[in-house]
Amino acid sequence: MDDFLIRALIAGLGVAAVAGPLGCFIVWRRMAYFGDSMAHSALLGIALGLLTGIDVTLGIIGTGIVLAIILVLLQRQRHLSTDTLLGILSHAALSLGLITISLMERLRVDLLGYLFGDILAVTTVDIYWIYGGGVVTLACMAVLWRSLIAMTVHEELAEAEGVHILPARLIFMLLIAFIIAVSIKVVGVLLISSLLIIPAATSRRFARTPETMAAIASFVGMLAVFFGLAASIKWDTPSGPSIVIAATTLFTFSFVFGLGKHLIRFRSPN
Amino acid sequence: MDNQLNTPLINVQNVNLRFGSVNVLTGINLVVRDGEIVTLIGPNGSGKTTLIRIVLGLLAPDCGRVVRREGLVVGYLPQRFSIDPVLPLTVSRLMTLTHSCSRAKISDALTTTGVSKLADANVSELSGGQLQRVLLARALLREPNLLVLDEPTQGVDFIGEAELYGLISRLRDELKCGVLMISHDLHMVMSSTDHVICLNHHICCSGKPEAVRLNPEFRALFGPSAVQNIAPYTHDHDHTHDVSGAVIPLKNDGEGHVHNRAAGHGKHNTNVVPTEIID
Repeated sequence: MDDFLIRALIAGLGVAAVAGPLGCFIVWRRMAYFGDSMAHSALLGIALGLLTGIDVTLGIIGTGIVLAIILVLLQRQRHLSTDTLLGILSHAALSLGLITISLMERLRVDLLGYLFGDILAVTTVDIYWIYGGGVVTLACMAVLWRSLIAMTVHEELAEAEGVHILPARLIFMLLIAFIIAVSIKVVGVLLISSLLIIPAATSRRFARTPETMAAIASFVGMLAVFFGLAASIKWDTPSGPSIVIAATTLFTFSFVFGLGKHLIRFRSPN
Repeated sequence: MDNQLNTPLINVQNVNLRFGSVNVLTGINLVVRDGEIVTLIGPNGSGKTTLIRIVLGLLAPDCGRVVRREGLVVGYLPQRFSIDPVLPLTVSRLMTLTHSCSRAKISDALTTTGVSKLADANVSELSGGQLQRVLLARALLREPNLLVLDEPTQGVDFIGEAELYGLISRLRDELKCGVLMISHDLHMVMSSTDHVICLNHHICCSGKPEAVRLNPEFRALFGPSAVQNIAPYTHDHDHTHDVSGAVIPLKNDGEGHVHNRAAGHGKHNTNVVPTEIID
């Protein structure tokens, strides 16, 4: 197997492992649209990173944080709901990113690669980012786990019992920004949130506790990366979309499996 | 020790709160002592839950203050608690959401509220009554000296309601804790409460249930049938019921106390429909 394939596989598996628990919270807290908006803002981050010459990954994390702060501030007004605000922020950031990239005439930017991923272009440095940051992300999640679960169940109850809501929420948003930044090469701006959501949705059928659901989501995501890459090589299909379709196929299996189980339970009352 | 017991668990002094241009709460005073059940009643949107949030420290009042006794531990049962089925969560896990606790203690608490068999049940599959009992058990686990219950009988059928109020009274007797609750069920309030506070952005009247029942302001807020205490069913303000249950249209709004439209004589149902959404 070629070096670039091994690097692609290592990077993809790392991203999927970290995306599992984060994706579960996105699903539990109904934040799918938030994940999408963060991902769209990443394109602006890339453009700014290239424009200023700082690291692209840092640019993406930076714009993600700014978007999260703007959102938290805007949520204080009561006229527009969060999904409307996200609709505005998300597409404004995406468009601003596209315009900025189009203005940078001297730089040849692989726009398609950023939008849909280019996992075969993963470098060793990317892998360091994914695994170094991934360990930090999982450690943060472990520390915050109880608070985040309590907030997800009932925010006021958690607050009344001493959970510090705001720091937990901000750190969670920061972690989402990070996972998006390191996932760009694997699945691209437009497909990232699928890597968060589909494995989490798939794992629900097999889990009795939040922790097992998170672990299974990581595992499902890693399977999807493996099969997606394999299919991409065998049939020469684009890697990002192939991974997403592999994940969707796993989801479909779990859905049918769950439906079958439900029918069996329905037929035999005992 | 005596001194400690004489200090109220919670003492709300002259609290005011505005949301934008709306005076949500004006001049609120409220005291809860050990072993006392204080019930807040009032129309939807009258500021009951907001007042509870101030008591819990989740919301800061614009002026006035809230004095909590040193060592106060609150067991809180929130309004509108529902778990999205996408989150797998067992009852035992719900019990240890913010604090760890031994399996035996969890089992004791669930036994106290009569749901000992549900420890391993999925929270999203509980019935309304089961969920409220589980949440009550959860509040007890913290060994509270004050229970704060925001509509403890929501989603509970009529028989279950009576049992639940009985349970709350018993817990008060056994634990000697104070209870602050919001209720829509005037009948129950009158029979199982020490102190009633009738709230409509300000305190309309308060005192012992019998005294409040006869107060003209209470009558104005809840209608004459509530005063007669015959029907613990719904009391929209456009009709009342006679003894046989037939509907009698209300001609006028009653005397006494006048509310502007924003403060509202809208619907104030004394909760009976299990799925009713309140506030």
